Amino acid sequence: MKPKVAFFDFAGCEGDQLQVANLEEKLLDLLELVEVVNFREVISQKSDDYDIAFIEGSIASDHDAERLEGIRENADVLVALGSCAAIGGINSIRNSQDPQKVKDRVYGEDADKIEAWDKAKAVDAVVDVDHYIYGCPIDQDEFVHVVESLVQGKEPNIPTYPVCVECKMNENVCVFARNGGDGNVSSARREVQVPGSQKVEQGPFCLGPVTRAGCDSKCVNEGTTCWGCRGLVDNPNQNAHKKVLDKYGLTVEEVINKFNLYFGWQQEERKDE
Amino acid sequence: MSNEKINVDVEYLTRVEGHGNIKVNAKDGQIEKCEWQVIETPRYFESMVVDHSWKELHHITSRICGICSIGHTLASLKATEAAMGIEISDQDKLLRKLALHAENLQSHILHVGYLALPDLMGEGSVIPLASSHPEELKTVIRLHRLANEMSNLICGRTTHPQRLIPGGFSKIPTERQLSELKGKLKNSFNDLMAVADLCEAKADKFPDFKRETEFISLTNEEEYAFYDGQVRSTDTGISPVVDYKDITNEFVVNQSTAKYARNNRQSYMVGALARLNNNYDQLSPMAKGVAERFNLKPVNHNPFMNNIAQLVEVVHNIRDSIKQIDKLLDGGLEPQDDYYEPKVEVKEGRGIGAVEVPRGILFHDYTYNEEGTCTAGNCVIPTNQNHANIQQDMEKLAPSLINQGKEEDEIELNLEMLVRAYDPCISCSTHFLDVEFVE
Repeated sequence: MKPKVAFFDFAGCEGDQLQVANLEEKLLDLLELVEVVNFREVISQKSDDYDIAFIEGSIASDHDAERLEGIRENADVLVALGSCAAIGGINSIRNSQDPQKVKDRVYGEDADKIEAWDKAKAVDAVVDVDHYIYGCPIDQDEFVHVVESLVQGKEPNIPTYPVCVECKMNENVCVFARNGGDGNVSSARREVQVPGSQKVEQGPFCLGPVTRAGCDSKCVNEGTTCWGCRGLVDNPNQNAHKKVLDKYGLTVEEVINKFNLYFGWQQEERKDE
Repeated sequence: MSNEKINVDVEYLTRVEGHGNIKVNAKDGQIEKCEWQVIETPRYFESMVVDHSWKELHHITSRICGICSIGHTLASLKATEAAMGIEISDQDKLLRKLALHAENLQSHILHVGYLALPDLMGEGSVIPLASSHPEELKTVIRLHRLANEMSNLICGRTTHPQRLIPGGFSKIPTERQLSELKGKLKNSFNDLMAVADLCEAKADKFPDFKRETEFISLTNEEEYAFYDGQVRSTDTGISPVVDYKDITNEFVVNQSTAKYARNNRQSYMVGALARLNNNYDQLSPMAKGVAERFNLKPVNHNPFMNNIAQLVEVVHNIRDSIKQIDKLLDGGLEPQDDYYEPKVEVKEGRGIGAVEVPRGILFHDYTYNEEGTCTAGNCVIPTNQNHANIQQDMEKLAPSLINQGKEEDEIELNLEMLVRAYDPCISCSTHFLDVEFVE
C-alpha cells in the first residue's frame, strides 16, 4: 500500500506547494510512491485518512492551532514545509513590532475585530514536528529527497552547516568582499561612501555564515545576498562559518541581528533557552 | 425542486490559492443566504514593511503571494523607484517585461491547464488526467515547464525572484540564452494550439452567464499593457496611477477577512478578461485569432470567459516575448558586472507602483524617510478588487440555477467554477487598511 500524503496550508503564500506542483513530470514519478489525498491548491478530493502531513505556513490564530492539532492527531508523520512552517519565516517580522501598532497600522479603528495572535509562530510551537523542509521557497530536490526517505523509512539528510560552505564550492565572490572588492576590514564593517556624495551607506551584507545550507547558495549565485530564509544553522555559536566572520571582523550575534527577515521566531526561542 | 431545501456549504474551496468558503441556503426557491466568504488568517504585510530598508522591501512583499511573486516584486520595485526618482535602462525595462510575461504564462497555464481544465474534463483534479488524457496533460506540462524555465532565466528563480532589484538587475541572461529561449517559445505554437483545441471542444461546458459590470486594468498607447500604463475603466475612462485610491475605494464586509473594492458600481472586475476588454485591439493577431474561435469580443460580461481570456493572453505573452527578445538582441545586449548593484541615491518620498499581474491590476505604495527606511506601506491586490464582483455574480447565478431546477451538486459545481474562473489568490488579498465595516 502506498503511503497517503496530505498537504495543508496556514498563513503563507503557498509558494511551497507551488514548488511541488512545479515538479512537472517528476511529480508524476512521485505519485508512483505515494498517494496524494489532500492538496487543496491543486486537487478537489479531501480526506482525513493520511499517513504523512505536510504543513505550509505559520500558525497565527486559535482557529489555526485547533485545525493543526486535528491534523497532528490524524498523521503518523508531520513535516513542516517551508520557512513559515519550519521557523516562522517572513511572517515573524511582525513579532518584533509592537502588536498594537501592527494592528492599528493594518486595521485602523477596527483593530479589535480580527482575532489573530500577536505573534506568528512556527508549527513546532503548537504541535510536535517530525521533519523540517526549510527554504523560502523550498528546494524541489530536497522535497523529493525527503519524500523518498520517508517512504523508505530512512532519516532525510538535511545540511547542518552554513550556506558559506556551498557558496565557496560555487566559487562565488564573497558578498563581504564586494563594493570595491578589497575585502579589507573597514569595508567589511559595511560602511561605504556613496560615490559623488558625502553619504555613508551600509555595504552589502550576507547572512550566509549563520544560515543553514541546502539551497546551493541560490541567492548569492544570482547576484544578491543570503537573506537567511532557511533559518539559523544548528548551534550558530559553534557552527557558523567562522573563517568568513573572522576575516571581516564580525561576530555571530552581529550577523544574526543584522536584518531580521526570517529569524524572528528562532531568536525568541534562543532567548528562552 | 422548488419546495426543497438547498444547502451549498463549501469549506476551503479547492484548486484556488488561499482559503475561501461558499455558503448558499435556499428554501422553497428563495435564497436565504448567499455568501462568498474569505477566511484567511491576516498576515499584516503593510506593517511588516515598516522600519525596513528600501533594499529589503521587494524581498518582503514578494512573499505576499507565491504565484504572483514576480509581479509583487516588480510593483514593489516600481514604487521604491518612483519614491526615490530612480530611472532604469531601456534594456532593463525590456527584461522586466519578459519577467512579467513569464509569470503570466506560469500562472495562466497553471490555472487553465491544472486547475480549470479538470472541471471541463469532469475530473476532480489534474492527476486523473495522467491516465485519462495523457497526451493532453503532457502538452500542458511542456508549456508550464517552458514558462518556469523562462522565469528562471530572467528572474533567477521561478518563485520569489532574485535578480530583480531596485534600479535594475543583479544578473542578466546572455544573448545566447535569450536566443535559445526564443527558439523554445517559437516551438511552443503547436502545443498552444492543441490546448486551444481542447478548450474549444469543451467550450459548451462554460456556463452561459452574463452580468454587466465594470472592468478596470492598466492601459498603454504603445502596447497591451502589463508593465506600465495608466488606469482604464470601461465605465469611467482613464486616470493616473497616483489616483489609485479614488478608483479602488477599499471597504470591509463582515463575511470576509479581505477588503472589497468598488468604483462606479457595486463592484468591478480585474484580470485577464478586464485587460482584454480594455485593450483588445493591441493583442497580437495570433491571440486575436484564438479569441475569435471562442467569439470573445470586447466588452464581454461573462466571468467564466476569464479562463478563455487567460488562454488568449498566453498566446499574446509568447508572441510578445519573442518580439521583446528580438529588440534586446537587435541592439546587442549591454553587458554588466557580476553581482551588479545599481547605484542608487537614497531619498525621502512616496512612490506608487502599478503593474498588471495574472489576476489583475496591482498597486504598491510606499513612503520612505531620508535614510531610505519605510515609514508606511499600502498594497491593493487584484483579488481584493474582485471579491465584491464574485459576490455580486454569485447573487445572480445562484437563484438562476435554483430556478432552472438544478440539483444541489450541480449548483455547487457551478458556483465553484465561478469562483475558480476568477483564479482568486486569496492569501494575498487578506489585509486591511483604513477599514470601514459596512453592515
